[in-house]
Amino acid sequence: MLKPSLKNAPLISLLCWLGTGCQPEMPAEVRSGLVYCSEGAPETFNPQLVTSGTTIDATSRQLFDRLLDIDPISGDFVPALATHWEVREDGLSYTFYLRPEVQFHTTDYFTPSRPLQASDVRFSFERIMQTEHPFHRIGGGDYPYFQTVDWGNRVSRIATPAENQVVFYLRQRDSSFLSNLATDFAVIHSAEYAEQLQQQHQPQRLDSHPIGTGPFRFREYRKDGFIRYYRHNDYWGTPSQLEQLVIDIEPNNAKRMARLLTHECDIIAYPRMSELELISQRPDIKVQQQSSLNVGFWAFNTSRPPFNDARVRRALAMAINRDAILQSVYFEQAQNASTLLPPSSWGHHPEIALPSYDPDAARQLLSEAGFPYGFAMTIWAMPVQRLYNPNATRMAEMMQADLARIGVRATIVSLEWNAFRRQLRLGEHDSVLLGWNADNTDPDNFFRPLLSCNGVESGTNRAMWCDPAFDALLGQALLTDDRSIRRSYYWAAQEYLAEHLPLLPLAHGKRFQAINARVGGITMNPYGGIDLSGAFLRQPEGAP
Amino acid sequence: MIWYYLIRRLFLLSFVFFALTCFAFSLGYLFPGDPLVNFSGISQPDDELLPVLVQQYRLEQGYLQQYLAFLQRILQGDWGLSLASQQPVLHEIIRVFPATLELVSYALFISFVLGVPLGLIAAIKANHWTGRAISSIALLGYSLPIFWWALLMIMLFSIGLGWLPTSGRISVLYEIPVTTGFMLPDILMSGQTYWQAALQDAIRHLWLPAFVLATYPTTVMIRFTRDAMLSVWQQSYIKTARAKGLSRSQVLYRHGLRNAMLPVLRQLGLQFSTLVTLAMITELIFSWPGIGLWLLDSINQRNYPAIQGGLLVISSLVILVNILLDILYTLLNPLARKQVHG
Repeated sequence: MLKPSLKNAPLISLLCWLGTGCQPEMPAEVRSGLVYCSEGAPETFNPQLVTSGTTIDATSRQLFDRLLDIDPISGDFVPALATHWEVREDGLSYTFYLRPEVQFHTTDYFTPSRPLQASDVRFSFERIMQTEHPFHRIGGGDYPYFQTVDWGNRVSRIATPAENQVVFYLRQRDSSFLSNLATDFAVIHSAEYAEQLQQQHQPQRLDSHPIGTGPFRFREYRKDGFIRYYRHNDYWGTPSQLEQLVIDIEPNNAKRMARLLTHECDIIAYPRMSELELISQRPDIKVQQQSSLNVGFWAFNTSRPPFNDARVRRALAMAINRDAILQSVYFEQAQNASTLLPPSSWGHHPEIALPSYDPDAARQLLSEAGFPYGFAMTIWAMPVQRLYNPNATRMAEMMQADLARIGVRATIVSLEWNAFRRQLRLGEHDSVLLGWNADNTDPDNFFRPLLSCNGVESGTNRAMWCDPAFDALLGQALLTDDRSIRRSYYWAAQEYLAEHLPLLPLAHGKRFQAINARVGGITMNPYGGIDLSGAFLRQPEGAP
Repeated sequence: MIWYYLIRRLFLLSFVFFALTCFAFSLGYLFPGDPLVNFSGISQPDDELLPVLVQQYRLEQGYLQQYLAFLQRILQGDWGLSLASQQPVLHEIIRVFPATLELVSYALFISFVLGVPLGLIAAIKANHWTGRAISSIALLGYSLPIFWWALLMIMLFSIGLGWLPTSGRISVLYEIPVTTGFMLPDILMSGQTYWQAALQDAIRHLWLPAFVLATYPTTVMIRFTRDAMLSVWQQSYIKTARAKGLSRSQVLYRHGLRNAMLPVLRQLGLQFSTLVTLAMITELIFSWPGIGLWLLDSINQRNYPAIQGGLLVISSLVILVNILLDILYTLLNPLARKQVHG
């Protein structure tokens, strides 16, 4: 059938190309596909194993579901795989009732024989908590988010009294428990698929060839090239209007932008801030912005002298001209930070002010602390672009100049991203420019990973700050569900931080993405990864 | 006679390959880090694996044994694992190499189709304005830095006019399974209902990188064809042919072009290594997933086993093409056969 027309095809397309403005007629599969150009390749396809935003964006909301979600506007919990849930009065057990007839993905490597059951939920979480679980060590045995929130010690066991019921038993009250279950990391896998993989002796495929219940199913991944997803036609929610979703991986900012302009990408992650104004003038491109729950900061390694002295940290904070940084690094596309929590968080303390820019006072404070002639230090600048810090190297250069004015000689350290994180974990830095994106609306999600003793072990606390008094404050705040009581604890925590300054909050970045104007239905979350399931493409005018 | 020549060539070839493998082998020691990791690509061999690897790579023995083991592995196809992906290096090379070959061959095709006729015209009309124009354009194209030229083309045709895409081999929305690794045959074999649209899209993707990459060889071709033609035109056998009453076109094609193309063929071999370098730059700019992009990525990631394998493949290719063209030249040119010792 192909043969007779085969001869002419190249000729036709060549002629077609030579005639100007001849666009090929696009087939349906291609017309209803969306290309999201991301800034990096995912490390894995299992969100449980990571905290990196790139991986979460690519996997979590596209392939998987959680027991419950957070409404991005109101911040309330809304049902997802669980239709409703009950909390026992003492707060030590949570019972979830699962949605009936939720189908897992059918792909060329797995065909589910049954809908979602309680055993799937149990499998997903027991893998994380039980060190002897057959899947625990697969993929390295690191579950960074769950380690940070101390999941293994908080949840004592999971029971499944009925096929549609899951009960989580807690060791102590934890008011952030539901928030943790609603994060992008707490995804539900298929226990049946895991069993099949075990029989095939390929358990590692669980993390590379994912099966979930989400709006899209996995099709193929070409390393450092692209990821292809198809629509999950039996999705329990509103099925996506897209036939396929392709995540095209392009780490180079300029190339990503060029592909948006040529319409090779429908959405690009992290457009360069300096170009936003320029592209927003084009009629074919929209720029979306959303204030986001994040913070960029400068963390001091408090386990090393002289940074274990609060006076030194304060002096360094006073030496930095933060307004200038906001202007030339964030291009005014961020909010000035006064505490770790962004103003949109309910725990934000409105009356805290950070020490203001005053090099003379800083020099004086430094000599009080015993360094009249300053000292030498390193500033580690993260090599990647993030919402909370679009250009850490530029920021470090500005800080270097500011610090020179009080006699502190700073050198900038920048390594490849994976090496950077590995060495940070070993605590080889004096100070580091980094940040944090919230995974849920709970203020605990800022304080515990970034500044608790647990965070030192799990590698999220780059200030290496372990203060029992501060940890106690955080622990107290979790013992009640009463928001006003919890708020008072978080206010106290912020006051404590403003006094000790283990890290200096710099800015709360706004999240931007640049979208082709024909794409609709993309809503931005103030926290967590991007959700592309609601996207649709407006057909050009004149098309049927 | 000719066999003697061929054997000499093969001898040269094997000597060059020996030098090349020696160099590739010593890279394992010259790169920073543990030679075992650089050779095997296994970043953290555990206690069980370590003695096995040391045994297999003969690391406890002398350099000569290690080199022989290395040679054996290369011939058996065990090129170690890529540090970045933990996939066998050879598989990765086989995956990316066809894309490069495809791009380079289209570029060479363009340069033949454009370069030879233009060079002829430039020679015949050497003193006419058309000849001068062609020569100046060729000189201009010869001296254009390719990365600048490529960006200029993208600015004009992709971003400015919006006619052509900037990157990749085909729009990612077309699902084309990899069978041969060459895009156009793969599309024809994919059995997708939209193969015609896919083919059209692939050609749109091919146009810019192939044209940019073709710029340099085209100008080289024009210059060599012109120069060779001019010198052939001075030869007495041309005058004789003309005097015998052959028409201008008969002389041109039967006596002129064939003799003029011989030195061009030889030059082509010498230019091949430049072409490969340019292909790597082109791949980088157009995100063309070939061996150049892969090798540059590997260099960025300090992926030593991949760099070793990539270098080996690319330099072998350059040498092989050079020698093949040299042999071809000799076969076509009776004069050169007599000068085997020269």
